[in-house]
Amino acid sequence: MTANPSTDAPRAGAQTASGVAPLLRRLRDEGRPALVGYLPVGFPSVEQSIEAALTLVEHGVDVLELGVPYTDPVMDGPTIQRAAEQALEAGFRVSSVFDAVRATAPTGTPTLVMTYWNIVVRYGVDAFAAALAAAGGAGLITPDLIPDEASEWVAASDAHGLDRVFLVAPSSTPERLQLTARASRGFVYAASTMGVTGARASVGPRARQLVEATRERGGDLVCVGLGVSTGDQAAEVGAYADGVIVGSAFVRPLLGDAPWSERLRALGQVADELAAGVAQARSGSVS
Amino acid sequence: MPDLPSTPPEEPAFLNPLLQTQQGPYFGEYGGRFVPEALVAALDEVEAEYRKAVDDPAFRDELARLLKDYVGRPSPLTEVPRFAEHAGGSGVRVFLKREDLNHTGSHKINNVLGQALLVKRMGKTRVIAETGAGQHGVATATAAALLDLECVVYMGEEDTQRQALNVARMRLLGAEVVPVTIGTRTLKDAINEALRDWVANVDSTHYLLGTVTGPHPFPEMVRDFHKIIGEEARDQLRERTGALPDAVVACVGGGSNALGIFNAFLDEPDVALYGFEAGGEGIESGRHAARFAGTSAPGVLHGARSYLLQDADGQTLPSHSISAGLDYPSVGPAHAWLHDLGRATYRPITDEEAMDAFALLCRTEGIIPAIESSHALAGALQVGREAAARGESPTILVNLSGRGDKDVATAARWFGMLDHDHAAAADDSSSASDAPATPTTGGDQ
Repeated sequence: MTANPSTDAPRAGAQTASGVAPLLRRLRDEGRPALVGYLPVGFPSVEQSIEAALTLVEHGVDVLELGVPYTDPVMDGPTIQRAAEQALEAGFRVSSVFDAVRATAPTGTPTLVMTYWNIVVRYGVDAFAAALAAAGGAGLITPDLIPDEASEWVAASDAHGLDRVFLVAPSSTPERLQLTARASRGFVYAASTMGVTGARASVGPRARQLVEATRERGGDLVCVGLGVSTGDQAAEVGAYADGVIVGSAFVRPLLGDAPWSERLRALGQVADELAAGVAQARSGSVS
Repeated sequence: MPDLPSTPPEEPAFLNPLLQTQQGPYFGEYGGRFVPEALVAALDEVEAEYRKAVDDPAFRDELARLLKDYVGRPSPLTEVPRFAEHAGGSGVRVFLKREDLNHTGSHKINNVLGQALLVKRMGKTRVIAETGAGQHGVATATAAALLDLECVVYMGEEDTQRQALNVARMRLLGAEVVPVTIGTRTLKDAINEALRDWVANVDSTHYLLGTVTGPHPFPEMVRDFHKIIGEEARDQLRERTGALPDAVVACVGGGSNALGIFNAFLDEPDVALYGFEAGGEGIESGRHAARFAGTSAPGVLHGARSYLLQDADGQTLPSHSISAGLDYPSVGPAHAWLHDLGRATYRPITDEEAMDAFALLCRTEGIIPAIESSHALAGALQVGREAAARGESPTILVNLSGRGDKDVATAARWFGMLDHDHAAAADDSSSASDAPATPTTGGDQ
């Protein structure tokens, strides 16, 4: 493996100028987890994806996660694959991501970008970080970049004050949990289950174990993603996680050919349900 | 007999450390592990088991026995003088390393048996694989039947159409074949789907990756399971001619057969190495899979950093080749490394050049090659003619990596050998039969 990120790098949750950690910590003090909402930029068009992101903000999403459509999204299930494919067919260009971040940043809702690594490699790691920071973005979530390969990104994210959210999985060893927790900034993304994105009937017990194990290994802020699609699931996960990450459940109402205004309304309803779920996550009424 | 890891060459090395024993995760600046965290534990497990196995006489003996008694190794070395007459004239000698005569019809079985034995050692019960031409899928289905493993093969829908015979073979062997209907519907999308399956089922499942790409340890491990090709050929050729070859020639898709035959010669400075990739309809057409032709840039795909056909945004570009097995937008990281070192030369061969060489070998030697391997044959003709023009009489070693049974329908259509009804039957659309000599990938028209 190449150089590991320096072990004295800021821990997950360390303060940065524009990062998401201060918000997650404030919400934790208020007694609830954050709702993190994913949408792919450019689906079905760049303008509409921005409208959809702003709809999520209006309906209670605390942190936006804007995805970069990619030809080979190996961590995504059919729903997000379909949306990404449509975005690419519609002529999506990577520079649109920065436009989208510029459009959402004024809301005050922190915006992370989720991207497969080759997009950043091709753009230039430092150039991508600079453009994202200039647009007002909070940082990157990198589903196919592990800290072992991330020395260039660690340097660029330090230089530009960006969060770097790495993933942990139920298969991660304690050593790797520690490595990943130390390399991350903003939060650690805990994949609730072994699998790709997509709604699931239940989130399962491994997510809670993973969050606890990640905290034991130094991860201060840990958010859970993969498979959360209902308010009840959000409440269940939010009882122990610092944030609940929802993707496919937000993309699904935007698929299809209903009038756009109806699709946006359906998206808002889904967001309302999930926001209600996280609001009562620690109330004891749902466990 | 497989000798893992490699014994040092008898000649002194011209570079230190030896190129042929390079270990992952990096080959120069290429390779690595660009994968979801969920797969890291499984990759570590495979690597650890592999390193234990190669030092375990029981593993080595079992693999050696299977390669001899089941695969039929050593594969023969056949001199092809009538073919060589077209490679620059008298004095040029061409030898074919006959991986086409292996059980299942290609070199793929060498790696598959090695990994399948590792699967048994790891206690896993299910294997998944990607396949393009179907040769790796057939080999994997074969090993799964032999070793009582559940087997699922992902194959791009376009490839299931142009390689329908191999789909049937896999199903006869008890494998489930899953057509992949997203993206470009070819090999790259089959790998995406296999990776998604692996993330979800990694506890029970091994991803039996079929070439020298992907995340560490695959590029190194798959090379080691195939290096027997070059080691056998080197000894066979020495016995036959008393010397090493002047040039070693192979086709390069992901690059496993090429690295397999190159490896024994990497540290022999007088042996020139040539890899021929799919030039498709020509570099200028944009419809090709020539990663080293100057239109690609280093990037990350399927876990490894290497040369990659990609657009200005880093989106993977669709590749094209008449041969499904070479139709892949990236290439094994060791080849990127050898390319940059100048140790191997990579050139494109067009569909037309490959099919001309295919026909030539059929008619001069009575051997029907895979269309993939026909790219190597066309390359051998180039290398021989260039040497002859310089007044040289080289001995050229060609890896005939697979046999052409699976390609008979494509070739018959290409050469216009089918009457109208048969052409229509061989291709669901009628356009191919209307213009039987038109280049076609056999399923996408």
